[in-house]
Amino acid sequence: MEKNPKNPPIDRVDGRMKVTGGAKYFAEFEMPKMAYCVIVGSTIARGSITGIQTKKAEASPGVLGVFTHLNRPPIPGWDSPVTGNANGPAPAPPSGGETYRILSGKEILFDGQPVAMVVADTFERATYAASLVKVSYAKQTSHTDVGKNLSKAITPKGPRFADYTRGDRKALESAPVQLESNYSIPIEVHNPMELHGILAHWTGPEEIMIYAKTQGVMATQQAMARAFKIDAKGIRVHTEFMGGGFGMGLRTWPQEVATVAIARKLGRPVKLLMTRSQMFTLVGHRPYTLQTIRMGADANGKLLGIVHEATAETASYEDFTEATVNMTRFMYESAYLETRYKIVPLDRSVPIWMRGPGEATGAFALESAMDEMAHQLKMDPIEFRLKNYTETDPERNRPFSAKNLKEGYERGAKAIGWNQRKSEPASIREGDWLVGYGMGTGTFNASRGQATVRAILKSDGSLTVQCAVTDIGPGTGTAMTLVAHQVLGVPLDRIKVEYGDTTLPPGPMQGGSTVTSTVGSAVMDTCTLIKKELAQLATGAGGPLQGQNPEDLVLEEGQLYAGNNPSKKVSLLELMQQSNMPVIDKTQLSKGGDEQQKYSMYSFSLHFVQVNVHALTGAVKVTKAISIADAGRIVSPKTAASQMIGGAVGGIGMALTEEALIDHRLGRFVNNNFGDYHVPVHADVPAIETILIDKPDPYINPMGAKGMGEIAIIGFAAAVANAVFNATGKRIRDLPITPDKLIGLV
Amino acid sequence: MSTHNNEPNPNSSSRRSFLKQSTALTAIAFTPGAAVSAAQKGWDEQVALAFEQLPLRLKVNGIAQQVNVEARVTLLDLLRDQLHLTGTKKGCDYGQCGACTVHVNGERVNSCLTLAITTEGCQVTTIEGLAKGEELHPMQQAFLKHDGFQCGYCTPGQIMSAVACIKEGHADSPEEIRRVYECNICRCGAYPNIVNAILEVKAKGEKL
Ligand code: FES
Ligand code: FES
Repeated sequence: MEKNPKNPPIDRVDGRMKVTGGAKYFAEFEMPKMAYCVIVGSTIARGSITGIQTKKAEASPGVLGVFTHLNRPPIPGWDSPVTGNANGPAPAPPSGGETYRILSGKEILFDGQPVAMVVADTFERATYAASLVKVSYAKQTSHTDVGKNLSKAITPKGPRFADYTRGDRKALESAPVQLESNYSIPIEVHNPMELHGILAHWTGPEEIMIYAKTQGVMATQQAMARAFKIDAKGIRVHTEFMGGGFGMGLRTWPQEVATVAIARKLGRPVKLLMTRSQMFTLVGHRPYTLQTIRMGADANGKLLGIVHEATAETASYEDFTEATVNMTRFMYESAYLETRYKIVPLDRSVPIWMRGPGEATGAFALESAMDEMAHQLKMDPIEFRLKNYTETDPERNRPFSAKNLKEGYERGAKAIGWNQRKSEPASIREGDWLVGYGMGTGTFNASRGQATVRAILKSDGSLTVQCAVTDIGPGTGTAMTLVAHQVLGVPLDRIKVEYGDTTLPPGPMQGGSTVTSTVGSAVMDTCTLIKKELAQLATGAGGPLQGQNPEDLVLEEGQLYAGNNPSKKVSLLELMQQSNMPVIDKTQLSKGGDEQQKYSMYSFSLHFVQVNVHALTGAVKVTKAISIADAGRIVSPKTAASQMIGGAVGGIGMALTEEALIDHRLGRFVNNNFGDYHVPVHADVPAIETILIDKPDPYINPMGAKGMGEIAIIGFAAAVANAVFNATGKRIRDLPITPDKLIGLV
Repeated sequence: MSTHNNEPNPNSSSRRSFLKQSTALTAIAFTPGAAVSAAQKGWDEQVALAFEQLPLRLKVNGIAQQVNVEARVTLLDLLRDQLHLTGTKKGCDYGQCGACTVHVNGERVNSCLTLAITTEGCQVTTIEGLAKGEELHPMQQAFLKHDGFQCGYCTPGQIMSAVACIKEGHADSPEEIRRVYECNICRCGAYPNIVNAILEVKAKGEKL
């Protein structure tokens, strides 16, 4: 990471809490008489419950209740019949389908579906009692394999997912150079380190205190208000610290709602704790997806057509969708363009967006195909991309708000040593290792939502900034602090940010790479209000800078300077004291205007990797990685670099290690734990260099900053697959690239 | 990673009295009527319960603790639920992630794989025990400086392992750190920064 002298890296503002163990995650809150809840999951993937024995569990020491479909406490919002998607316990699923309701009937829809929730006075007793619940089933054949159920594929409702074509198909049909390739990505599971659950206590007939693991405290509040048909005002949700989310906390899961219902029934606080294995079935996953790309080009490398098709799994009870094929529509200039997206309902639990949702899947196919085409054309992959580079968005026929990928190609190529890459695959060998280079591009929608921020400046020199946004790890609190510091010049250690609680002014969910843009802008707007007020005080009658134009004042290091005469100045604190203003307290709602209609706004990324492939065993090691972010102005360089590194590590997992495997005879996972589902560990990860282009986007928001949580992973897996091809001459189109797919190269 | 292996003290007095009591209970149980009603009311369980709590003495972060625990309680849950030391994290409960790493008599262990009663008489150090008051431990300082985390959930375990990693003499190169230190997962992917933090602490050669 290069340093920008104007914006030096700072330590994370919540870092001290995290390194000392002082940060409190949901499960670490305690309440008097708190009870523990654990889930018993079904052991079949499709069928129905024929009998459930709970007596032994109920009689087990410390047990306070065993809840099944026979006695689940009421959830009034679920009582009305399920129609469409409006009444679900969570934000309505994106396109039709029905949200499944926990402990509502005998029917089993997926493996691991909760069939009982057992509550006891200690975790151990709840866990033991859960083992005493015996369930018998009438089992039906389950269907969990996308490839074997393609006949059930449907096009989801809504314009976003409709088949898309642009241009004349003949251009593709008659292209002199053509390819058609099939790709697959397996089920991947978010697996944040913190186990999921919730802690809830009814503090009054219509009042609930909730400690949640959610990416949006307000979304959880709304979901509970809907489920219990009470006013959201009575519900307080707190998630100051969250041990990772990556998308799994973007909705309120049914077991969370059920826990709240149980807490009401028992009249005491109840804490649900899920196991790592349950994290594979009850909090979503990246869906298994099959993709086909057809591509045609002329002999000079001009793209004449791209067809991108994707078919992904969803649950039988809900349509899950993501924008898997959408980036293909605007990434490159192409005479003909066609995309199709379908989903296959299966006897599986519902997926949820996982870091770089859709695009990470789609970019694997598109950026692999680009590499394949470049190879067929005998062109350098970067040159091929530059040949088809577009400065305007060909899908919507309007300019990009900002796009600096050309600079990225150049800097990335230099950093990785692209000139050492041989265009002939399998040309470089070092001992037992074959060496290859690859790259991939990523993009993700950049937008600005709305948020309200309150800022309180006190005459003792302290500033408090508040917003009900959650910081799941990227450093939102740090970014908020920096923005406030840059506007008001209050020293960093006098700024306190408060977030992750519904008692604070309304803020957005953390997801979709929008938080810095949205909340950062809101912090800027509110702090600017304070600055204006200070300028008025200073320049007004009797003010120390009386007569100066308030617009011309400069605020630096806690001093207000007259614009034309820097020797005239006043410190903020003096000013507030003199003006008899102990506090300046401002709250402001802030949102974007119509700029989103005028420009296509995206963040972009590039990933360059060097891999070593063991000639005998086929083991792949990423030995060097450069990740480049073109995400506007960088607010917090240190946490931004970490976010890019984190995405690259996720990309290594996606490319090389991660695959949740189902035994399709049973419809059940066979590797639902960290021992068998391999997330990258230290040994898989080399030093990763990040390049932050750090050029403000002039249109997205006043800061010029865009999100980077998603682009950090999008395109990475393709870079690895392309490097593996370059190293070995073998094209792996089915992730992950495990040694069995490469063994015996020599 | 070695697992701590300290046998529970079979002569613990309350253990013995529990066994006696259970025998007495068994005797009552042979009286059919009493047995049936005892079972119905769950009395045997209730009585057994009191005795299933085993006394345990250990030192945690230098402070002597005297607690009663069920035999099945892990050191991790003892720390988090009974001693309110929630800095030690639960990431899997299966010994697969390292989030629960603490030091027992100076050695790193997965506290989720360690039954609490096996730490009788042991010195346990958790993340809360590293800093000296306001002054951070050098490893905590280095994690902060190198941004060796994002969400912070794996961090206490990472830091406890990192300290042990240096003490064990396994931190001489990035490669060695990556290899030896594999058992601590960071899903946020802070690995490169963590390696830099460890290298810096090692290079400074401070006593840890
Ligand atoms: S919680 Fe102990 S190793 Fe994961
Ligand atoms: S910092 Fe989030 S898992 Fe390591």
